Amino acid sequence: MAKMHISTTINGEPEEFLCTPGETMLDVLRNQLDLTGSKEGCGSGDCGACSITLDGTLVCACLMLAAEAEGRTITTIEGMAEGENLHPLQQKFLEEAALQCGICTPGMLIAAKALLDDNPDPAETEVRFWLAGNLCRCTGYDKIIRAVLDTAADMREAAK
Amino acid sequence: MSESNDNHWIGARTIRPDGADKVTGRAAFAADTSMPGMIWGKVLRSPHAHARIRSIDTSKAESLPGVKAVMTADDIVDFPTDTPVALGIQDMRWMCRNVMARDKALWHGHAVAAVAATSEAIAAEACKLIEVDYEVLPHAIEIDDALADDAPILHDFIKFEGKPSNIAGTLEHTKGDIEAGFAQADIVIEREFTTRPVHQGYIEPHACLVSVAADNKTTIWSSSQGQFMVRAMTALLTGLTQSDIRAIPAEIGGGFGGKTIIYLEPLATILSKKSGRPVKMTMTREEVMRASGPTSGSKSIVKIGVKKDGTITAAEGIYWLQAGGLPGSPIRGAVGCALAPYDIPNGRTFGYDVVSNRSKVAAYRAPGAPIGAFGVECVLDELAEELGMDPLDLRLKNAAKEGTKAVHGPTFPLMGYVESLEAAKAHAHYNTPLGPNQGRGVASGFWFNAGGESSAQVNITEDGNVVITTGHPDIGGSRAGIANICAELLGIDYKRISVLIGDTATIGFSNLTGGSRVLFASSIVVTESTRTVIRTLCELAAKIWDIDPDAVTWEDGEARPAGTNAGKFDPLTLAQLAARANESGGPIGAGAQINTTGAEGGFGTHICDVEVDPELGIARVIRYTVLQDVGRAVHPSYVEGQMQGGAAQAIGWALNEEYLYDKNGKVDNPGFLDYRMPVASDLPMIDAYMIEIPNPKHPQGVRGVGEVPLVPGLAAVRNALHDAIGIRFNDLPMSPPRVLAALDAMKQAAE
Repeated sequence: MAKMHISTTINGEPEEFLCTPGETMLDVLRNQLDLTGSKEGCGSGDCGACSITLDGTLVCACLMLAAEAEGRTITTIEGMAEGENLHPLQQKFLEEAALQCGICTPGMLIAAKALLDDNPDPAETEVRFWLAGNLCRCTGYDKIIRAVLDTAADMREAAK
Repeated sequence: MSESNDNHWIGARTIRPDGADKVTGRAAFAADTSMPGMIWGKVLRSPHAHARIRSIDTSKAESLPGVKAVMTADDIVDFPTDTPVALGIQDMRWMCRNVMARDKALWHGHAVAAVAATSEAIAAEACKLIEVDYEVLPHAIEIDDALADDAPILHDFIKFEGKPSNIAGTLEHTKGDIEAGFAQADIVIEREFTTRPVHQGYIEPHACLVSVAADNKTTIWSSSQGQFMVRAMTALLTGLTQSDIRAIPAEIGGGFGGKTIIYLEPLATILSKKSGRPVKMTMTREEVMRASGPTSGSKSIVKIGVKKDGTITAAEGIYWLQAGGLPGSPIRGAVGCALAPYDIPNGRTFGYDVVSNRSKVAAYRAPGAPIGAFGVECVLDELAEELGMDPLDLRLKNAAKEGTKAVHGPTFPLMGYVESLEAAKAHAHYNTPLGPNQGRGVASGFWFNAGGESSAQVNITEDGNVVITTGHPDIGGSRAGIANICAELLGIDYKRISVLIGDTATIGFSNLTGGSRVLFASSIVVTESTRTVIRTLCELAAKIWDIDPDAVTWEDGEARPAGTNAGKFDPLTLAQLAARANESGGPIGAGAQINTTGAEGGFGTHICDVEVDPELGIARVIRYTVLQDVGRAVHPSYVEGQMQGGAAQAIGWALNEEYLYDKNGKVDNPGFLDYRMPVASDLPMIDAYMIEIPNPKHPQGVRGVGEVPLVPGLAAVRNALHDAIGIRFNDLPMSPPRVLAALDAMKQAAE
């Protein structure tokens, strides 16, 4: 089957790749573009470990066809820090030990950032329901939820 | 030479050494690496729950363009069933049949053959071209089916009481006179319980990348709970020698026991050897659910007798645990831990290891112990109600203490079980009123913990900083704990210490990450190594000052004269000494390899509040507190994390998780949508209450922490549900349909 030529923007940089019509965005990110920060935990959109944003909207890269990236803007975990400056969520996850094994962490961070971009002052319940599509088996979510709430508070304070 | 007593780092919530990599996507897990010339492997799996394999024809697959190698069980070293070959907690007789079906497929999804091809798609296509001639056999999934008189027998070589059987083994503990004990009781309650098999649920599927060179030099990149286990098992299953294999531990995306065995590594090794190419293999989530090991489902009968004042006179627990298609269920954990929290004069536990046509079980956090505790903690709850006693008081009255002889044998040393009960009683959670449809439950639990073999190397860099290498994959933050301990011993900032996990060629043998042993054991070898390094540094300072080494002391990261008698010299810092290392003979570093002992068991008590939606049958955990003797919390955040994560897994096991099988013996819910693990919106914050009673047998007082928090949880949730709606569920999970059915039945009975 002929491959498709896709032009897109990933983490602020123009990117081109070839893919078959059936290939997922996750396969292309991981196997072609060396962006292995997005993880495959299920391949069915249930675990959220491959969370990315597409034109600012949170999606599972495993449920997106790579061809859909044409002309769009994608952000992955590799694009979250600015140079050596971690995003406040990344920093807070470290300080508050909001990760254990770390496999869910990239997706969790991308999803949490999408929440805070949209809602800078979420209630605990809102954070819990927003992140319900991101499975973590290590932490029981406690420290993750706290880190997101604490980051939101810090960012609100910084924005004053 | 002496060490400073001021504590800066033990107990500090430092940033973990691997943290920045993990929040930026840099950390390399099992599936994140590739090699030049790499090809892809895929496994063909049995479509039958139980079938004899008459023949396998791989010729069509081999001739598909792009296919580079095909393998079957004939390529794997056979271990005859009559000769045990133990490797850690596994037996190679079963491992060689677990990684690929030999003569018989024992469950739906059992590996039958494997292919390596230039793409994953071609490998999958080639699997379809392999022709397997199966003789389909009747199957048994549940314990009662496997124990029925007319049950299909999985293995002719397994005999029980002289006859072919699916009972592969038993284990018994006894203490005192059980009959006499029950005769002394005023109240005896006996109940039957079942729990379902549940998966560890690690988010990272099994994956590996293996390269075998023409001279057999082999590199394995995979995530596991033990690179040395990977090396040993792969060597045994492929015939390679261990020194030819370099097993590199990738970051591991969760294990919980499920990565203490291997599935793909020997297959990829054989495919790589045959093809001459590096081979990458990854399991899909569906493969993980069908073919990797959950923990056992169980059936149990628990009977406990008490005097009117609550004193336990006798207790008995009989357990049947599913092993899956090959022997090896965790009966030791069930029968060993079930009664351990209590001082019981007359006790007996008995376990049966039962094979049936499901994937072979693997370890899961305190293997067997939650099953053992479930029935015991439920019966105690009912006894407390009968006696009109607070359930914590009943436990306090019978609590095991230092000097208690456990039913499973040992006499307990210093430990904090009573303290966990007292802390629970005094906790605000236990004393907060409940609302409508809400209930509160408590339960306790025990896990053995473990020591065993560990190795470490501590090296001082030329610029006076520290690199530590240990041999244990870090799942939950153990590197952060090791950095804290070494910083404390050396008296330097923890940021000057890098902690790495060595591969099998660069660090000495280290046993599995499991049994709650890693920080306990690795801090012993790191402490030993660091003390040797400090001695070397003091000797170097002594040489520079031309004084006796005993007249040098190490404090706050520098060598100082031990007193005015030693002479008056300016202190020498670690950096200054490192720069002058050659003056004492060379590089500064030390290693230690020890078979560690003194781990001692761990105890915890949980308090759970649930609220039941009477319309939907949904039981929601609304408040949860874990109270546990954690020895010494070297890094409190990661200790709390273990307690919170264990409790969350217990809540999932209690309320939702189970495998559903169709009539053909096929798992019907092999994915995260239908195999319902707790998500963020299912849980409340989980209060981790750490009780620190330092383990006197450990240099920093460390006691294993990770496994105990799963043990009490099943019964804590169940007892809370009873308190909420007055129904005692003796069968897990207490999922909405079951709760609703029970509520409806109660309503009908009332009408």
